[in-house]
Amino acid sequence: MDILQILSNTLAQILSPTTIGFVLAAIGLAVHFGFTGLLNMGVAGFMAVGAYGFAISILTFGLPWWLAALIGIGAAVVFALILGIPTLRLRGDYLSIVTIAAAEVVRLLFLTTAFKDVTGSADGLSGFHTGFRASNPLPQFSGNAGFGPWSYSRDQWWVIIIGVAVVIVTVLFVWALMRSPWGRVIKGIREDEDAVRALGKNVFSFKMQALVVGGVIIALGGIVTAMGTNVNPNVYVTSQTFYIWTALLLGGAATIFGPVLGAVLFWVVRAFLSNLLPALVNIGALPFLSGEQAQMLVFVLIGIALMLLVIFRPQGILGNRKELTFVK
Amino acid sequence: MSSDATAPVSRPKTTGLHVGDARPGVPKVDPIIVADGVRRQFGGLTAVDVEHVEIPRGAITALIGPNGAGKTTFFNLLTGFDKPNEGTWSFDGKSLSGVPAFRVARLGLVRTFQLTKALGLLTVLENMKLGATGQRGERFWSSFLPFAWRRQDAEIEAKARELLVKFKLDAKAPDFAASLSGGQRKLLEMARALMSEPKLVMLDEPMAGVNPALTQSLLDHILDLKDQGMTVLFVEHDMHMVRHIADWVIVMAEGRVVAEGPPDTVMKEQAVIDAYLGAHQDVDLGVVTGRVAGEHTTAEAELLEEIEVAADVEEGEA
Amino acid sequence: MTHASTTTVLARRRRLGTVLIALAGVLFALWATMNGPVAAHAAEGDPYRVSGNVQLEGAPLEGVAITVDGPGGPQTVETDADGKWAVAVPERNADYTVTLDESTLPEGIAVVDESGEDTTPNVKEVHVGPGGRVSVNFFIGEGERHTTSFFDQLVERIINGLNFGLMLALASIGLSLVYGTTGISNFAHAEMVTFGALMAYLFSVVISLPIWVAIPIAVLLSAAFGYLLDTGLWRPLRRKGLGVVQLMIVSIGLSLALRYVFQMFIGGGTIQLPGSAPESLNLFGSVRLTWVDLTSMGVSIVVIVAFALWLQRSRIGKATRAVSDNPSLASASGIDVDGVVRVVWIVSGALAGLGGVLWAYFRPGIKWDMGSSILLLIFAAVILGGLGTAYGALIGSLIVGVLVEVSSLWIPADLKYVAALVILILILLFRPQGILGRRERIG
Repeated sequence: MDILQILSNTLAQILSPTTIGFVLAAIGLAVHFGFTGLLNMGVAGFMAVGAYGFAISILTFGLPWWLAALIGIGAAVVFALILGIPTLRLRGDYLSIVTIAAAEVVRLLFLTTAFKDVTGSADGLSGFHTGFRASNPLPQFSGNAGFGPWSYSRDQWWVIIIGVAVVIVTVLFVWALMRSPWGRVIKGIREDEDAVRALGKNVFSFKMQALVVGGVIIALGGIVTAMGTNVNPNVYVTSQTFYIWTALLLGGAATIFGPVLGAVLFWVVRAFLSNLLPALVNIGALPFLSGEQAQMLVFVLIGIALMLLVIFRPQGILGNRKELTFVK
Repeated sequence: MSSDATAPVSRPKTTGLHVGDARPGVPKVDPIIVADGVRRQFGGLTAVDVEHVEIPRGAITALIGPNGAGKTTFFNLLTGFDKPNEGTWSFDGKSLSGVPAFRVARLGLVRTFQLTKALGLLTVLENMKLGATGQRGERFWSSFLPFAWRRQDAEIEAKARELLVKFKLDAKAPDFAASLSGGQRKLLEMARALMSEPKLVMLDEPMAGVNPALTQSLLDHILDLKDQGMTVLFVEHDMHMVRHIADWVIVMAEGRVVAEGPPDTVMKEQAVIDAYLGAHQDVDLGVVTGRVAGEHTTAEAELLEEIEVAADVEEGEA
Repeated sequence: MTHASTTTVLARRRRLGTVLIALAGVLFALWATMNGPVAAHAAEGDPYRVSGNVQLEGAPLEGVAITVDGPGGPQTVETDADGKWAVAVPERNADYTVTLDESTLPEGIAVVDESGEDTTPNVKEVHVGPGGRVSVNFFIGEGERHTTSFFDQLVERIINGLNFGLMLALASIGLSLVYGTTGISNFAHAEMVTFGALMAYLFSVVISLPIWVAIPIAVLLSAAFGYLLDTGLWRPLRRKGLGVVQLMIVSIGLSLALRYVFQMFIGGGTIQLPGSAPESLNLFGSVRLTWVDLTSMGVSIVVIVAFALWLQRSRIGKATRAVSDNPSLASASGIDVDGVVRVVWIVSGALAGLGGVLWAYFRPGIKWDMGSSILLLIFAAVILGGLGTAYGALIGSLIVGVLVEVSSLWIPADLKYVAALVILILILLFRPQGILGRRERIG
């Protein structure tokens, strides 16, 4: 068992496009759930809308990558409006079921063979990175460059730079929002929307704004992921949503840095276990498991971690002890 | 605020509010709210059926009645938190039918809730600042531009702190509202409502769950509202308090207005006695509704059964 | 009609699709005429042309019906004595669907597919380019007709849908009861469904008991599983005072963990229960059902009726309804709420387990995520009927079941769940309390 290799693989995960996409999705979900109290269980749907909006705009309509990214964002806005108009007036748990259903509808629409020409059906979409990679301003180099476990190709570095920049801008954006009077209303709605309504605030409008803002951030997560990898419908399943929830609750739902920390930790631990457990099986330390079962054990542990988090530390790592995020 | 807050004060009552005899639906000299034919049904149960009622301006009006009389439902209807099956009502001459709750509040009609809705995970000061209307920083795009709202926010904060001092909550300003006692939350809710400079304040059971030590201070605050030119409408069970501060009393029973008048005369009316003492004279309603701990007597058990039957009927008809 | 087979099923689905599109076209044309300027209405003098030739081994076929659909709405023509046909269309640079009605061909022949890939060779998509003219030819030969009666198809779908709906009902009644009595939106209910199927597999295949012994054991174990979940997890959490949102997320974590535990045991593939590929019976026309389908429906109906009687008549059933209605009032009137909730978990575990066994036969096969693949349909059924009402869940399930099956007559099979989910969203928009729910429940 090569413990150094395992650690190196684990640390390399921190800067992967998937992790950066997760960080953004978790920040968006923090806006929805942590700050506004919206039970969005359709995170994967928002990510899919962003990623597919981006990829389809390039492949089918031949748009430049930055315009395609804007289209992905626009698609998320539309998706948020479609979801929000019927459900934001309803009780919270209805929103959760509608969003989970809508995300599933989106995935099935991307998966069906009926639109194979545009969506690629089960194969997903690939080969849309040319324009994005061509815009890379980094000096030419061949092979990988970097230090320690963070050694990537020129194309990968470009994704990482864009991704990290988007994360920084988003964190500043959410921080500015939440310290403003707008954020005060949003947090008030989380606590008790009737009270806020009685104070003359248009609660529906504020919730809609929060849904759109968070949805756009989540879609950015999908777009950044798509910049680094192919787009595949099997990624945007409900489990993906649940993993993002786990990441968010791990870090602290009602905090600015909680989702960043939570998402990075989630992937670091997941990568560590995915490398460690099969290695332990190989050296015979887990006699009852096969290598494949060891991989499944990782997901069992994620599920258990989610339960324990919610039961024993619902405010997450960074959350204020007094400031429980679950109001009702 | 009055200096003799510790002793029961008797400030002058406002009189001469109505035109003609005091009877249900009597016209007022200067009504602020006029409601006509407001009816609300839940399943087969009619919770509110108010033919005509007017709330006098610049006075303290109490809305009383036994449990289940529809007082809170009527409150919800007037403030846009619930929609009636039919009926019209106006506030300050403007029709409020179909107007959403937040717009009602912006028109100057604010309310508090029976179960206090202090926003627990906001600080007391944030709770207060939330109460101010017309904040520039609450608009999405300008929220990113602190220079656009900073000065207004400072003014709001100054006003909030002033009110907090008045309500003796200033020491609590940086604490989470969740850390306040029940009575303090009631005070906070009332103070928060005043941030919007309302014309009419509607208080739903302001005394429920309040420590007796705070009762007098709350009463004074309500009387102060009138002195500042606001109209007050409140729901209350405590007859002593009603007699003490109300200028006008409206009695509801089974969804209807059964009597109206100044507090000292209306309490003596047969309709009011019937409404209160008719069916369940030996029942402590507090015990039945679970607000007060206690063993159920036979009579209370009977009432509970009746309620269940009513619920069954409702279910059957829904 | 005697040529029923999978290909014809697919063919008919596509045909119906075109019919529906045609209908939409007609409606659109109607709408267009009522709204002033007629932009794209097919007329004799239209400038562009879709035409073709229908021949059998060089000999022209007369009187064959061809329908052209696209901008301007559907138009039907018959081939002339030379086997030729032509339709004037209003727009170029547009797509049209050309359908040959095989029932108008002489006996024994059909449109054949030259590539062997197209399941509906009698339907062709054509593009009228800038030239404004296109010709479409069908290859006619001896082959299987792509027509069967719509009615038979519909009946078969409805019966399948009822079967599926009854199966869903077993799962959704439990979910609804749990929601009604505890307020938990239990996402791990899906895994209770899978659990039942797995236990049936364990006892019928691994331990080799007869299936009629294995299924009752599986149901009993599922009931025990429900009891265990309540005692070991949910009751302590209720005591701890967790909110409904927290409980929901705990159930999500539980769902994930259980799902992968199942996968650790049976892997990612599909395993079969005994007798899962039975002979089918011909009921009438081309409507076919298997013994398993019939048994499954019979069992579901018996169990649901028994459950309804229990809920209506027994003391504990009445108490369950009381707790569902108003937990604090029920508690105040001396009902042992914890006891009722325990019974609800046991019943809902048993029903879900049985539902899982039937679902394993319906799919067919057992898979680690078989429960979660229908979880949203279960939620849809429960919400459709009204959250927290047991009878609502039954009606909701039947509607969802029939809807899913019947909708696949018109929409691609891989989108059939979409119809149910869209209906779920629409229901929440227009009648959020569901069919049997009370409006005042909505906060």
